[in-house]
Amino acid sequence: MPRLRELTRKVAAKNAGPFQVTVDVFCGSPQAFARVAPALDTARVARLFGVAPQLMRRFDIPDLQVVKFSFPRPVVQGSRFDRDMHGAQFATLLEEIEI
Amino acid sequence: MTVTRVLVPSGVLGLGFSAEALARGVARGCDLIAIDGGSTDSGPHSLGTGRSKYSRAVCKAEWRALMAARAALGVPLVIGTAGTCGTDAAVDWMFEITREIAAELGQRPRVARLYASQSPVRIAEALRAGRIRPLSPAPEITADGVAGLANIVALAGVEQIQAALATGADIVIAGRCTDTAIIAALPLARGAHPGAAWHGAKVAECGALCSTHPGTGVVLVSFDATGFEVEPMAPEAACTPHSVSAHMLYENADPFRLFEPGGHLDVTGARYRALDDRRVRVEGSEWIPGPYTVKLEGARLAGYQTTLLAILREERYVAHAREWAARLHARLCAEVADKLRPAPEDFTIEIRLIGLDAALGPLEMRTGQPAEVGALCLVTAAQPDLADEIARLANPFLLHFPLTEDEPLPTFAFPYSPAQTSRGAVYEFALNHVLALDEPMAAFRLEVDAIAHAPAA
Repeated sequence: MPRLRELTRKVAAKNAGPFQVTVDVFCGSPQAFARVAPALDTARVARLFGVAPQLMRRFDIPDLQVVKFSFPRPVVQGSRFDRDMHGAQFATLLEEIEI
Repeated sequence: MTVTRVLVPSGVLGLGFSAEALARGVARGCDLIAIDGGSTDSGPHSLGTGRSKYSRAVCKAEWRALMAARAALGVPLVIGTAGTCGTDAAVDWMFEITREIAAELGQRPRVARLYASQSPVRIAEALRAGRIRPLSPAPEITADGVAGLANIVALAGVEQIQAALATGADIVIAGRCTDTAIIAALPLARGAHPGAAWHGAKVAECGALCSTHPGTGVVLVSFDATGFEVEPMAPEAACTPHSVSAHMLYENADPFRLFEPGGHLDVTGARYRALDDRRVRVEGSEWIPGPYTVKLEGARLAGYQTTLLAILREERYVAHAREWAARLHARLCAEVADKLRPAPEDFTIEIRLIGLDAALGPLEMRTGQPAEVGALCLVTAAQPDLADEIARLANPFLLHFPLTEDEPLPTFAFPYSPAQTSRGAVYEFALNHVLALDEPMAAFRLEVDAIAHAPAA
């Protein structure tokens, strides 16, 4: 099975303030969006990020060919046990999954 | 129809912008120049200390270009969240830079400073009085905990920026405020469509990030009674309906709603139309008024940190690095308890393995054996001396700790001397709450000065 990064234009992650992270899957075309959006299982993404499924918010935006996930940071930005100040590595974790 | 044009030179002062694009923006003309000066992006240290994360010289060079542009156009220049964190000390830092430049350029601007720092004691009282409400997710707070925070700021909205502009200021140096407020304030004061004013401000708050060439910085936004138009000032850059609408995704948990003091923006109904191949017009965004609350940010002292880094290169140690690190960690904790005897809650030791999972920790999915592994040892303690002592205790172990009891002592690579690096005080974000205000200026204060000096000869 292909990995998400091979099916999309870009996956980007960034803090949305110190307490949340948001991950945008830019599919790049209506065809890629139609392939990727139904195959991305929200509960699986929540598990991948170590987040309770009920805290995972998801936005499917066909106009932009984007699937967006927003969730509370597992560790608050910049606190003692945070490993990634800007939260960008969540994108690499997601783009490597096979779908 | 009144049109209000705001020139945004870049997403943040200190990040750089194209001088040519700025000149093009100045030639086009505008009613106000607005630039953000801050972010929580680099972590809690700036707010904890009240200091800018960027170089003073870089900020000064960019601010000088903007002060010259302002003087040429005769329009106000506004910086929001001065000095990264927008505390009172950061506003004063920016004011000092402004005075120096004014003297160097022979300018005599009228400068308004908008202060946003909050007294922890007063915020603790507001918490007891039920005027503070948590956002989601919010850390647990108590009145005593809040009273002990290192710094607290409240995020000003358009009302406070409008109050600063109403003083007749040439330059407004604002403490912490929302990224959008400095751009939306003037159009809203002049009767622009409220949804368009906030949405246009959100689109432009990162400068040319809403265009095809983010690095060029400068964009011009025109607000009117029914919508807004955005155009990048670098000739090679273009705004497209896609680049503009996609900006609502950026650093935003909800791509359709943006909460601000006194309400929220809803862009569900926004329509994006290309005016030509580089300008976009947007209509249909809505502003939904709500109770007047301002968001609070706070940082607490989380201790003092000293770090060490050792590099494992020998194949067997690389292959068994996790086991090695777990054994080393247990040994270090035992040695510290035995020899230094601190209270257990006064310190933590953490070893992160660079090359295996240092960035993602337990979430890491990828496996494989790297050529080498960096062992980053983070010592955090309640007192600076304790952090330093623990790091010095850890030094020989990090250099020579063996995988098993009965083998010759290995020697790993220390990349520098001294092996330990004192990082000083470290902080944590401690608030994700809003404060209810009876009127917008209740938590803010304005100071206005005419910078007077002899003009340069």
